[in-house]
Amino acid sequence: MSAVAARTLLSVRDLHVFLGQSHVLQGVSFDVPEGGVTALLGRNGVGKTTTLRAILGLVDRRGSVRFGADELVGMSTHRIVRRSVGYVPEDRDVFTGLTVAENLRLAERDAEPRYDLVYELFPELERRAEQRAGTLSGGQQQMVAIARALLNDNRVLLVDEPTKGLAPVLVAQVADVLERLAELTTVLLVEQNLGVVRRLARDAIVLDQGRVVHAGDAQELLAQPALLRRLLSVGTHAA
Amino acid sequence: MSTFLLLTVTGLGLGAMYFLIASGLSLIYGLMGVLNFAHGAFITVGSYGTWWASLHVFGGVQSNLLRWLLSALLGLAFGGVFAALVELVLIRPLYARHIEQVLVTVGLQLSFVALVTGIWGPDPKTFVVPAWLHETTDIAGAHIPNDRWIEIATAVAVLALLQLFLRKTRYGLIIRAGVENRAMVQALGIDVRKAFTLVFAIGGIAAAIAGVLSGVYFNVVGPEQGTSLLIFAFIVVVIGGLGSIGGSALAAVVVGLTQQYTNYYASAGVGDMVVVLLLGVVLLARPRGFAGAAVGARA
Repeated sequence: MSAVAARTLLSVRDLHVFLGQSHVLQGVSFDVPEGGVTALLGRNGVGKTTTLRAILGLVDRRGSVRFGADELVGMSTHRIVRRSVGYVPEDRDVFTGLTVAENLRLAERDAEPRYDLVYELFPELERRAEQRAGTLSGGQQQMVAIARALLNDNRVLLVDEPTKGLAPVLVAQVADVLERLAELTTVLLVEQNLGVVRRLARDAIVLDQGRVVHAGDAQELLAQPALLRRLLSVGTHAA
Repeated sequence: MSTFLLLTVTGLGLGAMYFLIASGLSLIYGLMGVLNFAHGAFITVGSYGTWWASLHVFGGVQSNLLRWLLSALLGLAFGGVFAALVELVLIRPLYARHIEQVLVTVGLQLSFVALVTGIWGPDPKTFVVPAWLHETTDIAGAHIPNDRWIEIATAVAVLALLQLFLRKTRYGLIIRAGVENRAMVQALGIDVRKAFTLVFAIGGIAAAIAGVLSGVYFNVVGPEQGTSLLIFAFIVVVIGGLGSIGGSALAAVVVGLTQQYTNYYASAGVGDMVVVLLLGVVLLARPRGFAGAAVGARA
């Protein structure tokens, strides 16, 4: 691992989030090194999505999130995103009433949006530019969601369960795209599919009940079935 | 036949005013989730602003048409600025606090009526308008007041301009996307608060236009006029579908015509009840209204 790649890009410290009466994040702390994919793992409901949303300021949070020289806690979502933070949400959240082209146009931040890259990775989106996003299949909507983040030159991408609900063939396609993405930028990836994690992730952070219970090399974690079983309640067959 | 034609055009004229008010209400709720009970104040700012400007700013203009148009333009500017200030000063600090927003907008509406009454008194004020507007045009035996054509044409023009704005501009794109998913718009790096202020200003101008036209339609303007128009505009918004401009336009036509036909063919006053009944039927049969998000679906 190079010295540049090991530099911390995103540093989360003592992050707390309350949703109603529920104390969802209870002092989460971890670092995301620059470059490559860091996987955020854990069982359902342990706070993975909330962690991404807290980093982005989409939920009220307490603690510290340092991104380069900036402190993100206290900053509004649009200002955080304009510091080159991209987001691919769990449920895609494409604007169903807008066309594919309009969805992409809305996401443009840079002076020269990377349409070449988007259409190289997702040629289907160019053909369907005038189609309403609400009439696309789940896989196509996921392409739009990822394409929106790809348009701009982001320093970090927060990607939330991009393979959720997709057919196996599409899972492989999405993994291909994420692999390409990881060559361009840093990715913090929430993912339940351990096959995808094994293929992409360099580092792994495991959450349980709103706390970090493990942080380290992703491949080493995946090579320890007993530890995996304890942390994620899965067997090695899932990987 | 001539009576039916007169009722139809008059109903469309009334529907035109409902649409002008409802379009802003619908966009504001669709984008921000704010039930703006102060929208009636925007109508009053438009009507009283026009009346005041025609006396104190453009009183020396000889041509009634020019005087009315210039006064109306100033009235619309008052409406837009007032609405933007309401958003910035009263709504923005209460973002996502819906109960407080309802309380503050209801309070503003009530206090604004009291303020206008306190300053200019409870008596209705007469507009100075071109004489042609008070004349009639005979069509198939029906003597149709000319102002109805202006009301209908204005509403059609506003509908076309709004659609053009929503479909062809970046802010229009942001508003359409924000009506669907406000949080995701922010997550794309867009300051959605600017769109909030813009939507309030647009809604304020449209309501002010309705205020000006209501002065022509009823021949007078009064402190309570905004409130009574607002009630039916809310019904139009719900029937049309929250957040849908096209739905509001269709619902405004249905409500305006229903009121006119029922008031004439049944009995005066029955039209209002039938409209409320229509609202109940639509809510039961199609909770989303003609073309919008489900009532209560928005967080």
